[in-house]
Amino acid sequence: MTAQASADPVSDIVIDVEGLTKSFGGPPVVKNLTMQVHKGLIYGFLGPNGSGKTTTLRMLCGLLTPDSGHGTCLGYDIRTQTTDIKRHVGYMTQRFSLYADLSIRENLEFVARIYNLDQPRKAAQDAIVRLGLERRADQLAGDLSGGWKQRLALGACILPQPELLLLDEPTAGVDPKARRDFWDEIHRLAHEGLTVLVSTHYMDEAERCHEITYIAYGEILAHGKVAEVVAEAHLSTYIVTGPQLAELAEELEKRDGVDMVAPFGVELHVSGRDGKKLEAATADLRAKGPQVWTRGEPTLEDVFIDLMSRVPDNSV
Amino acid sequence: MSNGSDIDRRTRGFRASLARLRATFIKEFLQLRRDRLTFATMLFIPLMQLLLFGTAINTNPRHLPTAVLIQDDSSFARSYLAAMRATDYFDISLNATSEADLDHLIRSGQALFGVQIPAHFGRDLIRGDRPEILVIADATDPTATGNAIAALNRITETVFSRELTGPAANLAPKPPPFDLRVHLRYNPGIETRLNIVPGLMGTILTLTMLIFTGLSVTREIERGTMESLLSMPIRPVEIMLGKIAPYLVVGGLQMTLILGAAWLLFGVPIEGSLPLLLALTLLFILANLSVGYTFSTIAKSQLQAMQMSFFYFLPNMLLSGFLFPFKGMPGWAQHVGEFLPLTHYLRIVRGIMLKSATFVDLQFDVLALALFTLAAMALAVARFRQTLD
Ligand SMILES: Nc1ncnc2c1ncn2[C@@H]1O[C@H](COP(=O)(O)OP(=O)(O)O)[C@@H](O)[C@H]1O
Ligand SMILES: [Mg+2]
Repeated sequence: MTAQASADPVSDIVIDVEGLTKSFGGPPVVKNLTMQVHKGLIYGFLGPNGSGKTTTLRMLCGLLTPDSGHGTCLGYDIRTQTTDIKRHVGYMTQRFSLYADLSIRENLEFVARIYNLDQPRKAAQDAIVRLGLERRADQLAGDLSGGWKQRLALGACILPQPELLLLDEPTAGVDPKARRDFWDEIHRLAHEGLTVLVSTHYMDEAERCHEITYIAYGEILAHGKVAEVVAEAHLSTYIVTGPQLAELAEELEKRDGVDMVAPFGVELHVSGRDGKKLEAATADLRAKGPQVWTRGEPTLEDVFIDLMSRVPDNSV
Repeated sequence: MSNGSDIDRRTRGFRASLARLRATFIKEFLQLRRDRLTFATMLFIPLMQLLLFGTAINTNPRHLPTAVLIQDDSSFARSYLAAMRATDYFDISLNATSEADLDHLIRSGQALFGVQIPAHFGRDLIRGDRPEILVIADATDPTATGNAIAALNRITETVFSRELTGPAANLAPKPPPFDLRVHLRYNPGIETRLNIVPGLMGTILTLTMLIFTGLSVTREIERGTMESLLSMPIRPVEIMLGKIAPYLVVGGLQMTLILGAAWLLFGVPIEGSLPLLLALTLLFILANLSVGYTFSTIAKSQLQAMQMSFFYFLPNMLLSGFLFPFKGMPGWAQHVGEFLPLTHYLRIVRGIMLKSATFVDLQFDVLALALFTLAAMALAVARFRQTLD
């Protein structure tokens, strides 16, 4: 958090875009998106599938041209200076996009040569050591497990020593241990001064970000530190345990004042935007039992599910 | 009873099988309808083949380009040429200024026949000295010249019957009053093999080179690696040249292999300069690699790239002079043929291997190949999508 505390409001801005809009023939998949990202921060990008996260990241690194809007990335114009952006931004694609038929070492050397590094072989070897891939260095990238693939992809991204990392769902389909290692590495990189914009679906990962932005159907619905986002949602939540939760949920869905019912394992989270109305709507059920009702704090996930239910699904 | 239920079960099984078959049929049909290019391929390939075979291809070609060197201005020379024209086999369109010029016109492929009527032909004929008419035929492609030569032999006996009436009539009876000497050049044994094997070199190289690069960009797009590649600071020209270069080496190896086989197995001679042949073959390989690469920047999938390559390969086979005599095709087909690299390469490879053609004889074809390569590369670079829009 040190980077955040010392943030200089102007010179420290790494991504600064305004009014980005993009469509692929149909309705816009990113609408009027404005965001700023400060140097040295890990910035989480959350939202349901198809909400425009990948499209936004691609516009930031010059892979897509916005229909309208403008802005800079590392001070370079995202429309006209894409070559400079590509030189200084590491972009990790959602789908593994290194060469499956090349070994780890060959992939890394390829990247090192494209970026014209002084000693590509040495740079690749250093990256292999840093990533702990020594024993697999000559294995084909396509034969690696999900976790190792992500690690290799990250290694390839940071090889040319970028100033900004754009990571698109880097931990999707990766086991928890590998996920944790991955995030430890991201924090180390941020500590070294790298700025990271990372999209994810995982709530625990969101909570490891300095700031988050929640986007749905191409629009930013919430933004800030995790605690701020939760607080700003003004959700009141009951946590219910006991038998017959499925039937209870069905009953609750119908009631006015209950905005969201979500099962979490053996618990049911019942939330409402208006605390009073929620209390009134659930009074009889709370009195009747047999379930146990306790007042709880809404989680980030409650907030997101609620945010999503507020906007009509117009993605189709 | 067990028998009845058995039949019952079988009928039900058969119905279910039919239903699944129908489901697959409908699904395939729907997919086919969405796949425009496959649909177009199915309609256009047969149409193209039909049209080309029906209208452009002629195994008994007429109106073949003929160069003349006339050193005698008697009426006999003129009426001999008129008789040649009347056979419909000869299109006397080129006037050579010397014997060397006549040779050049034939070696460069501009003329298939050269006719030389020597000085004092008319005078010697009247005197009964039996002068000679020399006809040089380019026999590299025996199909193209065979019938024309037969026609030439037929007119020998009748050509001067009108001139040789009255006082000269006593000269009319056979044997003819002059000697027709036909020189079959380059392939005197009229061996089809000598024509086909160099041609095969061109077609084989066309096909393999197209396949090498035709998939290179689409493969990256389909495997998803293009997204990474594009996010790195690399330019389209660099990608193109980097992708083509390795196959130039592969193509070079293939060329050596084919040339070796042509020489060892089929006994095709290399009359001309081997280094020139190698250099120009590499140029031809480059041209085809560029075309393949261009297709792969335009195609949306590997299948589409293959379909485009096939579309391109077909006219190359039919209109280049590989299977059928180029000069025997109608004008429009020859014009189309001039835009195909294989047409020019066939002239180069047959020219060097069989006719010891030199760079000067082939300069037009070399220029055409080079321009074609540059145009394909420029198109590929222009078409290369640097973003994912
Ligand atoms: N190249 C493209 N062509 C057409 N539609 C696209 C393209 N890329 C993305 N989309 C559409 O844009 C929407 C947003 O996609 P995306 O940015 O990938 O969302 P996310 O990464 O948040 O899941 C989706 O509906 C997707 O189908
Ligand atoms: Mg995505």
